[in-house]
Amino acid sequence: MALNREFVGRAYKASSPYEVSRVKIAEFAAAIGDQNPIYHHRDAAVAAGHPDVVAPPTFPIVFTMSAAGEAFGDPDLGLDFTMVVHGEQRFEYERPVYAGDELHCTTTITEIRSVGRNEFLTLCSEVTTGGGDLVCRAYNTIVERGGAA
Amino acid sequence: MTTTARPGTAKVRYDEVEVGQEIPAADYPVRRVDLVRYAGASGDFNPIHWNERHAKAVGLPDVIAHGMYTMAQGGRFITDWTGDPGAVVDYGVRFSSMVVVPDDDEGATITVSGRIEEKLEDNRVIVVLTARSGGSRVLSRARAVVQLA
Repeated sequence: MALNREFVGRAYKASSPYEVSRVKIAEFAAAIGDQNPIYHHRDAAVAAGHPDVVAPPTFPIVFTMSAAGEAFGDPDLGLDFTMVVHGEQRFEYERPVYAGDELHCTTTITEIRSVGRNEFLTLCSEVTTGGGDLVCRAYNTIVERGGAA
Repeated sequence: MTTTARPGTAKVRYDEVEVGQEIPAADYPVRRVDLVRYAGASGDFNPIHWNERHAKAVGLPDVIAHGMYTMAQGGRFITDWTGDPGAVVDYGVRFSSMVVVPDDDEGATITVSGRIEEKLEDNRVIVVLTARSGGSRVLSRARAVVQLA
């Protein structure tokens, strides 16, 4: 079933800020097999010139997808999540994400299009501090296989 | 997005790299247990990444790796090269093929290599990545902008 184009432009704000912890960064780094001490030890991060441990470049996927979960679960969108694969992903950093950050995330559905038999849905998540300073933007395109058939 | 220049903490010096320079390939193994661990750390429990029965029922050849797991290995390749994860200013990929992960002791291997495509202002470079698994190119348009020292 084709996705509902009326969802383009809808924005979803995370209900609470995401608190970045050293423990979660270390867990995520271990899960991608990365033992870089800058992910695991505050002293190593400080020695490298950072205020605290740094999150790996793809870490924001942990909290940027959840805001969109609300949209994906809306029956009016018409998304069959069992047929979804990841199409594209990009992170644009204004500064690194550090342990101790409290990050606010607003995710907007920017585009829905058909390519062959598949439906492509693109999201942009804007991640800011409580003071409104931009930290990063995450762009995410998911593909619903067979959705346009 | 125009990002502000930040102090370079990378171990690679801008003056010492040239356009066309290759970054030697690295192999990253991926087994089922890695996908289970990544599912837990990332919060992405889509069963196509851990349940063979489900993966086959939705038309996939077998369990496939999270695209974000593959992207993370590309990120690791970049941060291992720069020495500092904070040096990654922009990182984006397209998921062009699936990483199929069989249920055996070997699993699959993701091989990543890189090349300096362009030198930018403010000690930044564009690195283009190639990632292959099982004879297929699993990432396309994979590029990172990195802040060098």
